[in-house]
Amino acid sequence: MFASAQLLPGDIGRNILGPFASPADVERFNRMVGVDRPIWVQYWDWISHFVRGDLGNSLQYNVPVGDLLGPSLVNSLKLAALAFVLVVPLSLLGGTIAALRRNRLTDRAITVSGLSLTSIPEFVTAIVLIVIFGVVLDWLPVNATAPPDAGFFTQVEFLLLPSLALVAVLFGYIARITRAGVIEAIDADYTRTAFLKGLTSRQVMGRHVLRNSLLPTIAVVATQVGYLIGGLLVIEKLFNYDGIGQRIYVAAQNKDFTLLQSGVLIVGIVYLVATFVADVLYSLLNPRIRYGATE
Amino acid sequence: MSATAPTPAVALPSGGEARIARRETLGQLARSKTFVVGAVLVAWWVFWAIVGSRLTPDDPLEISDAILLGPGSDHWFGTDQLGRDVLSRVLAGATDTMKVAPLATLLGIAGGTSIGLITGYFRGWVDEAISRVIDAVLALPLIVIAVTALVALGSSNATLIIVIGVVFTPIVARTVRAAVLGERQLDYVSAARLRGERPPYIMFAEILPNIAGPIVVEATVRLGYAIFAVAGLTFLGFGVQPPSPDWSLQISDNYTLLNAGTYEWTVLFPALAIATLIVGVNLIADGLQQVLDR
Repeated sequence: MFASAQLLPGDIGRNILGPFASPADVERFNRMVGVDRPIWVQYWDWISHFVRGDLGNSLQYNVPVGDLLGPSLVNSLKLAALAFVLVVPLSLLGGTIAALRRNRLTDRAITVSGLSLTSIPEFVTAIVLIVIFGVVLDWLPVNATAPPDAGFFTQVEFLLLPSLALVAVLFGYIARITRAGVIEAIDADYTRTAFLKGLTSRQVMGRHVLRNSLLPTIAVVATQVGYLIGGLLVIEKLFNYDGIGQRIYVAAQNKDFTLLQSGVLIVGIVYLVATFVADVLYSLLNPRIRYGATE
Repeated sequence: MSATAPTPAVALPSGGEARIARRETLGQLARSKTFVVGAVLVAWWVFWAIVGSRLTPDDPLEISDAILLGPGSDHWFGTDQLGRDVLSRVLAGATDTMKVAPLATLLGIAGGTSIGLITGYFRGWVDEAISRVIDAVLALPLIVIAVTALVALGSSNATLIIVIGVVFTPIVARTVRAAVLGERQLDYVSAARLRGERPPYIMFAEILPNIAGPIVVEATVRLGYAIFAVAGLTFLGFGVQPPSPDWSLQISDNYTLLNAGTYEWTVLFPALAIATLIVGVNLIADGLQQVLDR
């Protein structure tokens, strides 16, 4: 991460101060922020401060990076949370219905539309959604940023279009895994046993089939967090929303490398945390892993 | 759903039977609705990528005074902020994507297949070391790696191909490695080894033809993702550069107009064009998967 930020071309001071600054000023600026020192000194300086929670100052705005990234991270988490709250039940439902109607028209419709939505770039879906709901029907705001004093529901209303675009991409993928999981569980011996014991189909579905088919779904939801972060980069730009993706994008453009490397590092940490939470959930649902008897 | 015809993998390499098997695979593809629909969609855009601006109703780059006209008889899809004909731009907009995405895919498949063959065949510490590197690369969101790399290298079609190809390499390698692991235990590999063939010959001349099916499927799937990636990066301004009439550039040039609540034709038609191309590629991938996968 640190290495890739170093690869950015151009003189830092020249970039920040603009083309009209005098060479002396540029040099003084470089010395002031410390980018004229050897790379390993800069690296040690950066990493040791990062561990203590000090991200340094943004080269472009000259304010602490934490102050810039904190609110953006909160904004992004709001958007991501809404997308997940929408997509998980939707795709579980879709995947289960598809599995129960296996190889029939409903299944084909869900699978094919899911596959198509997944493969279309999120900004393309977003454009189509904006045109339908924002322009033609005029139901939802085209902008994602709610007024500063907006209540919970107004915020949700503003975030609905961008999160729907993310939902479209995630839906097909998660629904497909759920469908495969449910089919496997329906075909399993324990399901036949449960039916033969005389349980109603509702009991069999709830206690045996769904519970078992949730496992692969949870694993896949966690892997999608990585995609989601990339999706945020595009969606936040499209809706001009002040999130972490937008910050990384602007930092990359302006070669603001303290901001860029902290942003990407935070993204990596969020990703690790998500994977960890998924592992914990997985072991809670699957006793075989909890007791260490793997494979 | 179970395939009745022998797949190329089981067919004997000797002349006649291999040809029959190949013809049967093609026949199955022609009968697959998914594949045919996908092939038609992709063929349409390949055609326009090749003829480019030579057959479009107007010059896609020609600026005129007739700005932001709605769709009508003169301009079926309307005109954009600079008075350029949107229909012509949509038709000509396939060219750059159709150059970059397949070449990037080819690069990723070539690199990934080589690495996958080596790691899968040798196992041991080579496999361990390379697999750990692959894990590390896959841990970061693709688009974040690509944006950083493109800012560092500068954006052009060539860097776009290299960056996407390199990012794809570990993903392809993982798939190929899994396929190789299934093959290396089989008798024909042991036979070749006992004959005293050298590892490169066994990998590329013996194993590679037998895992062609999964590799072809992976290549089509990757092509879909490559178009996805080119579109996303171009939209962010790190991909195909103006004045190309690329679809994503049209969208990023004009989407701010939507805040005014109108002029939707400037972005809707390029958006639909990207959607049809990607859905076409994915339908092909789906059809291939059903026919080729054992």
